[in-house]
Amino acid sequence: MSSELRTIIKDSLFTGLISLALFGPIVGLKTSSKGAGLFVTPSWTPVIFLVSACIIGRFLIGLNSIRKKEIGFISKITSRVSNYMDNKGKHFAITGVLFAVVFPFLPFTDRYIMDVSIMILTYIMLGWGLNIVVGLAGLLDLGYVAFYAVGAYSYALIATTFGWSFWVCLPLAGLFAAFFGILLGFPVLRLRGDYLAIVTLGFGEIIRIILINWYEVTNGPDGITGIPRPTFFGLPFKKIVEDGENSFHTFFNLEYSTMHRIIFLYYLILFLALITNYFTLKIRKLPVGRAWEALREDEIACKSLGVNPTNTKLTAFAIGATFGGFAGAFFATRQAFVSPESFTFIESAIIVAIVVLGGMGSQTGVVLATIFLIGITEMFRDLEQYRMIAFGGAMVLIMVFKPKGILANRKPTITLREHNSK
Amino acid sequence: MEYFIQQLINGITLGSIYGLIAIGYTMVYGIIGMINFAHGDIFMIGAFIALIAFILFGLTGVALPIILFLVLLIAMLFTACYGWTVEKLAYKPLRGSFRLAPLISALGMSIVLQNYVQVAQGARVKPLQPLISGGIEFFQNSEFVVTLSYLQIFIVILTIVLMTMFTFLITKTDLGRAQRACEQDRTMTALLGINVDRTISITFILGSSLASVAGMMFVLYYGVIDFYIGFLAGVKAFTAAVLGGIGSLPGAMLGGLLIGLIETMWSGYVSIEYKDVAAFSVLIITLIFFPTGFLGKPDIEKV
Repeated sequence: MSSELRTIIKDSLFTGLISLALFGPIVGLKTSSKGAGLFVTPSWTPVIFLVSACIIGRFLIGLNSIRKKEIGFISKITSRVSNYMDNKGKHFAITGVLFAVVFPFLPFTDRYIMDVSIMILTYIMLGWGLNIVVGLAGLLDLGYVAFYAVGAYSYALIATTFGWSFWVCLPLAGLFAAFFGILLGFPVLRLRGDYLAIVTLGFGEIIRIILINWYEVTNGPDGITGIPRPTFFGLPFKKIVEDGENSFHTFFNLEYSTMHRIIFLYYLILFLALITNYFTLKIRKLPVGRAWEALREDEIACKSLGVNPTNTKLTAFAIGATFGGFAGAFFATRQAFVSPESFTFIESAIIVAIVVLGGMGSQTGVVLATIFLIGITEMFRDLEQYRMIAFGGAMVLIMVFKPKGILANRKPTITLREHNSK
Repeated sequence: MEYFIQQLINGITLGSIYGLIAIGYTMVYGIIGMINFAHGDIFMIGAFIALIAFILFGLTGVALPIILFLVLLIAMLFTACYGWTVEKLAYKPLRGSFRLAPLISALGMSIVLQNYVQVAQGARVKPLQPLISGGIEFFQNSEFVVTLSYLQIFIVILTIVLMTMFTFLITKTDLGRAQRACEQDRTMTALLGINVDRTISITFILGSSLASVAGMMFVLYYGVIDFYIGFLAGVKAFTAAVLGGIGSLPGAMLGGLLIGLIETMWSGYVSIEYKDVAAFSVLIITLIFFPTGFLGKPDIEKV
């Protein structure tokens, strides 16, 4: 037996010991309440499985048979996809948009698929909105859900109080969210990256606690119900039509179907998401967009060149918040109901994960990451709890192996070329 | 007045718990300059291990002081394994990566730990019957009787003992010297023959064991835990670390006490619904107006 193999075996056994210490008490000794007190029921089978998996995994890694080939294989694929996106990105984007446009009329789409698609598009829009803050300006915002909540609640309150139409309330919701973005951003944006992350997290939680406790306005944990559904340019999607009133299906002489509203919502969120994307792509080429990217790369250099970091970050923050507010308004009108439960920290974490996994700054990456995280895991809805473990694990793994995300697009929009290159 | 004294006692007890968690944040920040976002969840795991150990020992009928001591050791040992593993898996490969990478990785780790405990132990709250009951009563003649429970005495004394041992460890032993050297300059320390990786690992082990003690105190003090306690306690302890000056150990304890007092006074005199808002606001205000805290050193950014 070579000494190398001996170390590998020793390492594997050590891993086994550690994993036994990790899983033994928490997995092996399950506490359950019976009557008044708690009891411990031992269940060693999963522990044995987990520990042996750890030992075998460590052994294979030790043999070096996994690491180089597998990891090399994965990064080869991602870099190939990344290259492909760089060259053919435009075609891919156009195909994607066309597919999204015809999607509701494809034969296999049913109610469930449409609902999931609307959810995916909402997350894509949130991801694109946050991408302005995290991807372009390099500010880690862990409280993005606060702006989503502000948008949803301001839409809900305005629409239920004044009865204004969606298209009037939508900009107002965005405006309110932007206002909150500036309110938070102004004092905190001079903070360093990781402090900023924690402060935004705190802000998100403050908003949520206020929503829970401010009964007079937000109706507390019960939330706001009866938010008006969106109308098709004034035509409601109602089944029963009173005299002298028009509904969508009577106006167009169609058979009534609940799908009409779903399809309309789908196009609405698609439209909003595409606006977000278009806006981001355009603003990247404007001076302020370039200033964001420059700030992300080197703040001190920016300061010495006369870029005002606080104001520049503030614009990114406010614009990101605005799109969060739009998405929130859409969320409110789709659900017809908002409550603080929808705006927990985990939502922020999911949106951040989408941006980070997609590759900070990459618009296509956000789409792929959302479809991957929301769409595929939606199929395993029964395994909800395991889903979140896999989710967090994916965040760690991607940071460890590809810290720049699946489709890294940290390349600044313009760079100064070296004189003698090529 | 009596009410104030009662809140003061409660605040100091709560502050001891926060202070012990805060030490983990401050040490890790001092040595590798990252916010260990998963530390709150390490605390939660410590609380769960302590709870399980309490139940198991409760069946044996051993005397209470021995149970407390054994549970303390078991919680520290097993939680330290978690701290060590988290560092090896999620943070070590990211040393020298861009600044936000470890933070995102820590966020992922926190989600994993939370949901792992939820899956393994169930989502319901876990109650524990009070083990240490009774206390000393003051002002028995007035309208409001102030109680200093034995549990509170136990928590405060245990904190003082651990802090004394810990201060000795950091200031007087070789390990502590190596740890402080790593904080100042990792490359130079490595050149002088100190195993930096091991020192960082030990930092995580120490931080996690202190967090597990805090977890054990939490189980005893509140008598009920769930998989979600780590998030709020973690944020508050981080606030404590920042308030005291991140990187400073006495600062962490001082910050912990302050946060504990602010929280109890706020719940006592202002409103109990908004007690978490008080903690978060303190965090935001501290970071904006004096990010170096009370006992911290100013952070100079070099090009």
